[in-house]
Amino acid sequence: MENLKKTPLHGRHLQAGAKMSPFGGFDMPIEYKGIVEEHEAVRNHVGVFDVSHMGEVFVEGPEATRFVNYIFTNDVTDLAPGRILYGMMLKPDGGTIDDLLVYRMAPERYLLVINASNIDKDVAWIMTHAQAFDVRAVNCSDEWAELAVQGPEAEATLLKVLGIDATGLPFYGFKESAGMIVSRTGYTGEDGFEIYATPERIDGFWQKLLDAGVQPCGLGCRDTLRFEAGLPLYGDELDENITPVEAGLGIFVKLDKPDFIGRDAVAAQKAAGVDKKIIGLEIEGPAIARHGYEVLDSEGNQVGTVTTGYRSITLGRNLAMALVDASHAALGAPLQVKVRKKTFPAHVIKKRFYTPNYKK
Amino acid sequence: MEKILYLPTHEYIRIEGTKGYIGISEYAAKQLGNIVYIDMPEPDDEVSAGEEFGAIESVKAASDLYSPVSGTVVAVNEALVDEPGLVGKDPMAQWIIEVEMDNLDELDGLLTPEAYAELCAHETH
Repeated sequence: MENLKKTPLHGRHLQAGAKMSPFGGFDMPIEYKGIVEEHEAVRNHVGVFDVSHMGEVFVEGPEATRFVNYIFTNDVTDLAPGRILYGMMLKPDGGTIDDLLVYRMAPERYLLVINASNIDKDVAWIMTHAQAFDVRAVNCSDEWAELAVQGPEAEATLLKVLGIDATGLPFYGFKESAGMIVSRTGYTGEDGFEIYATPERIDGFWQKLLDAGVQPCGLGCRDTLRFEAGLPLYGDELDENITPVEAGLGIFVKLDKPDFIGRDAVAAQKAAGVDKKIIGLEIEGPAIARHGYEVLDSEGNQVGTVTTGYRSITLGRNLAMALVDASHAALGAPLQVKVRKKTFPAHVIKKRFYTPNYKK
Repeated sequence: MEKILYLPTHEYIRIEGTKGYIGISEYAAKQLGNIVYIDMPEPDDEVSAGEEFGAIESVKAASDLYSPVSGTVVAVNEALVDEPGLVGKDPMAQWIIEVEMDNLDELDGLLTPEAYAELCAHETH
């Protein structure tokens, strides 16, 4: 416990009586009022998350665009300043180093937002590859704090409580002013924003939002929300042994752009098909499939493993994402899940269980 | 005489003669938060001291349930099938299984309410 990092709002979380738990090397709030209440606040109204554990790396220099395109699966060539792309960094064999957001701050200046658990690894990877380019990469993860304000009332809340007018911001667009970045992004399947600023400023925003009655939300509901929207979590649906194509994220891998690390591996998978795939599962019965549980075919042979599973709070159904042999990945395919000593029938469904309400 | 004893894994047993009512402690219920499912054994199933007899699922995760004693399941708390959340509201009244105990000597190895309270105090700090 002693080696866990703390976000600038750590004291606030303790003060609010949050249940805390280690995540990605940080001591993070899991829930305040309860996962169900917080989940519903975001689906129906608005909630605020401390996501200061996320990493921020700035890349700039004459070859910034060339460099980002070389380490990133999506294509930033035509990305306008003020816009954001989601994608991955890959190993040469196509395995995923991390999934990240890339903000184009200026024609040759980018912000890479990376997962907390991968900061050290990603920064080392970025620095190593940056040597061959005329760029400078700076890890600013400790200097920036971040809030996510999510839910159908997020836009109105930003304006009313924080005086931030984000009305005109498109989905995956951002604005930057006076050392603050506000983007229309999130990880919940709802409309919402992420705000990056200094720890002092973020602390002030957090207090204002709570004083205005906005529900503080922990990582517990962050996971149930992203799960329902079919969004991957690095470590569950993505890791160094899973390619984006296998994770069903092939649309974020652009083959019609200059070469990038891992290109050949994912191009081969796109052409020939994959051996394993992340699928959605509905369990027929009361049991809940959890990370690591075995997925079996109808004869009882193991054909995969559950990556995330919940009784969906919004839908009330027992759902899971799982990595299975591609021969069992067709929609409707009958499978079974082993839950402790019993097995329960299940079938493959689309993994976007809940249709996101993004403002586009 | 009614007597309540605990396991370090947060199960309690309320003893009435040779019968024991097994559930989870107030502390455990509070830690779990919203309970969405309880995987219970069937009547006539055997349970063994220190071994898993089922699981309790919060929104977040499944936690194994361990039996404080060996014996035979006499009844399960049927109310929890449709409404597992009851355990979170009143864990001491909402026992999970009723067991006919095989060996009352096993009770000597369990924690008294005072010893259990001390253990919880250490866990929170």
